[in-house]
Amino acid sequence: MSSEQSLKAFRRDGRIVIVGASLAGLRAAEALRDEGFTGALTLIGDEACEPYDRPPLSKQVLTGWVPADGTALPRRREIGAEWLLGVAASGLDLAGKRVRLADGREIPYDRLLITTGVRARSWPDEAEAALDGVFVVRTRDDSGRLRERLDAGPGRVLVIGAGFAGSEIASVCRERGIPVTVAEVAEAPLVGALGSMIGSIAADLQRAHGVDLRCGVRVTRLEGDGRVRRAHFSDGDAIDAEVVVVALGGVRNTEWLRDSGLAADRWGVACDSGCRAFDINGLVTDDVFVAGDVARCPHPVYEYRFLSLEHWANAVEQAQVAAHNMVSPPTDRWPHLSMPTFWSMQFGVNIKSVGVPVMADEIAVTQGSVEERRFVAAYGYRGRVIAAVSFDNAKWLDHYRQLIETAAPFPPSCPTPDRPADMKPVPADFPDPVVITHGATVLVTGHEPSERRVAFVRPGPLKPQEKRS
Amino acid sequence: MRVVVDLARCQGYAQCAFLAPDAFRMQGEEALAFHSSPDDAQRDQVLRAAAACPVQAILVETAEPS
Repeated sequence: MSSEQSLKAFRRDGRIVIVGASLAGLRAAEALRDEGFTGALTLIGDEACEPYDRPPLSKQVLTGWVPADGTALPRRREIGAEWLLGVAASGLDLAGKRVRLADGREIPYDRLLITTGVRARSWPDEAEAALDGVFVVRTRDDSGRLRERLDAGPGRVLVIGAGFAGSEIASVCRERGIPVTVAEVAEAPLVGALGSMIGSIAADLQRAHGVDLRCGVRVTRLEGDGRVRRAHFSDGDAIDAEVVVVALGGVRNTEWLRDSGLAADRWGVACDSGCRAFDINGLVTDDVFVAGDVARCPHPVYEYRFLSLEHWANAVEQAQVAAHNMVSPPTDRWPHLSMPTFWSMQFGVNIKSVGVPVMADEIAVTQGSVEERRFVAAYGYRGRVIAAVSFDNAKWLDHYRQLIETAAPFPPSCPTPDRPADMKPVPADFPDPVVITHGATVLVTGHEPSERRVAFVRPGPLKPQEKRS
Repeated sequence: MRVVVDLARCQGYAQCAFLAPDAFRMQGEEALAFHSSPDDAQRDQVLRAAAACPVQAILVETAEPS
C-alpha cells in the first residue's frame, strides 16, 4: 500500500487514543473529527468527570458564584468517542503501540496523543499536607472543598506561593472579606513569571487590598492537631490560620511514561513544533503526539528554545495543530507557532501577557501609568521586543504580538498619546530558576554512531529547599 | 447550558456584561468573570451576548440546537 493509501485507510478506520481528557484532549478530539477522521477515537482520563474548565476554579468557583461541578466545558461538536474516565494510564508500550491502564487493561492505538497536563505540587511534608484545612487547587473537587471552607468564614487563610494561582486565591479571600496572609519565597509576587518591576507593582496591589504579604520568607512548618492551626515562617514569626492553600505550581504528569522510551521528564514530553514526540535519544517519532501543559516544544521566535506553557490558549491551539498533523500527510504538517498568551484576574485588575517574558534582559513601561495601574510594559532581549504585559490595557497586546513576530527593536515607541513619564528600560531581573540545579538527567553510552544511545538518570524527589514558590 | 470564554482573546469590550448581566460580569475596568453554567432561563440573553462579542471569544453549548 502506498503511504497515501495507508493514510487514507487510517483516516477512515484507524485508531486514535488520547491520554488526558481535559481541555487539550477534548479540543484535539473535536479537531480530529473536523479534519475528517472517522476511525475509532478513545479518550482516557484519570478524573471520573468529563472535561471541565480550570481557570474558574481559582476565581468564580471560590467566590461562590459558580458551582464546582458546573464548570464542564462546552463542546464544539459531536466527537463520537469512547470515554475511559476515572482510570489513569500507567504505561506506554511504544513498540507494541499500546497504552497500559492502572486497572490492567491495555488499549491499542495506531496514533497516540498525550495530553496528561500537570497536577498541583503538594506540600512536601506529607503529615502536614494531610492536616484538615490544607488545600491545593487543581481539580474541581479541590476547588469545591476549599470553597466550602471559605463559606464557613475562616479567621485567616494562609496562601503559600504568590504566583498567579496563589495571588488569585488571595484576591478572592479579600473580595469575600476573609483575612489572608500570602507567603512568598521570592522578593515579590509574580516575580518568577514577570520579573522584579512587575513583581513590585503586584506587591503594592496586594497590600492595597489588605493582604498580609510576606516576601522572602519560607513556611517552615504547619502545626495542627488533625486540623491545621498555625504556620511558622523562616524569619521566626508564626501566625494562626484555619485554612492553608499550597500554591507552589504544577508537576507535569509524565511518570507513566518513565520507561516508555520517550523524552519525558520533569519538564514535560519534548516534541517538535508539529507536536510529534521525541524519543529518549532526541529522535522524532511518527505516531506519538503531545499537546497542552505537558508538552515541551521548540519555538523559532525564541531561538528554537523548548517552551513548556501552562496556558489555556496554548492548550487549545497546540491541540489543533497536533490533531491536524495526526491525520495529514508529511507535506502538509503545521508548525505550532502561536504566541504564548496568558491572563490573570486579581484585585480587580486584568493582567495579560504575550510572548515569553522570562527570556528578557530588559523591561520598559511603554504606555499608560504605573501609578494608575493601567499600563503596558514591553520586555526586550538583545535589543528586540520579545514579550509584553498589560495591566487593564489588554486591547494593545495584539500590537505587541506583531512587534514580537516582526522582531521589532526594543524599546518600542509608544503607539498612543498616553506616553509614560519614564520609558527608560531597566533590567528585567528574573530570579534564577532554582529547580534547574540537579545536574544531568541523561547519560550517553556507546561509541559508533550506530550504537550511541541515551539513558535517563533517575534524580531523587525534589527536596523541600529546592522547591520554588 | 455551558459557557466558556477565551480570555486570551477577550479585550474587555463588556458587550456581554451589558446583554447578559447574570452570566457575564466585569470586575474592575476590563477583567471579565463569566458563569460556566448559566440557568437555561438566560439562554436567549447568553446567545445574544455571544453573537455580539466583537472578538468572538464566547463559546456556548445549549441543550437544544441554537
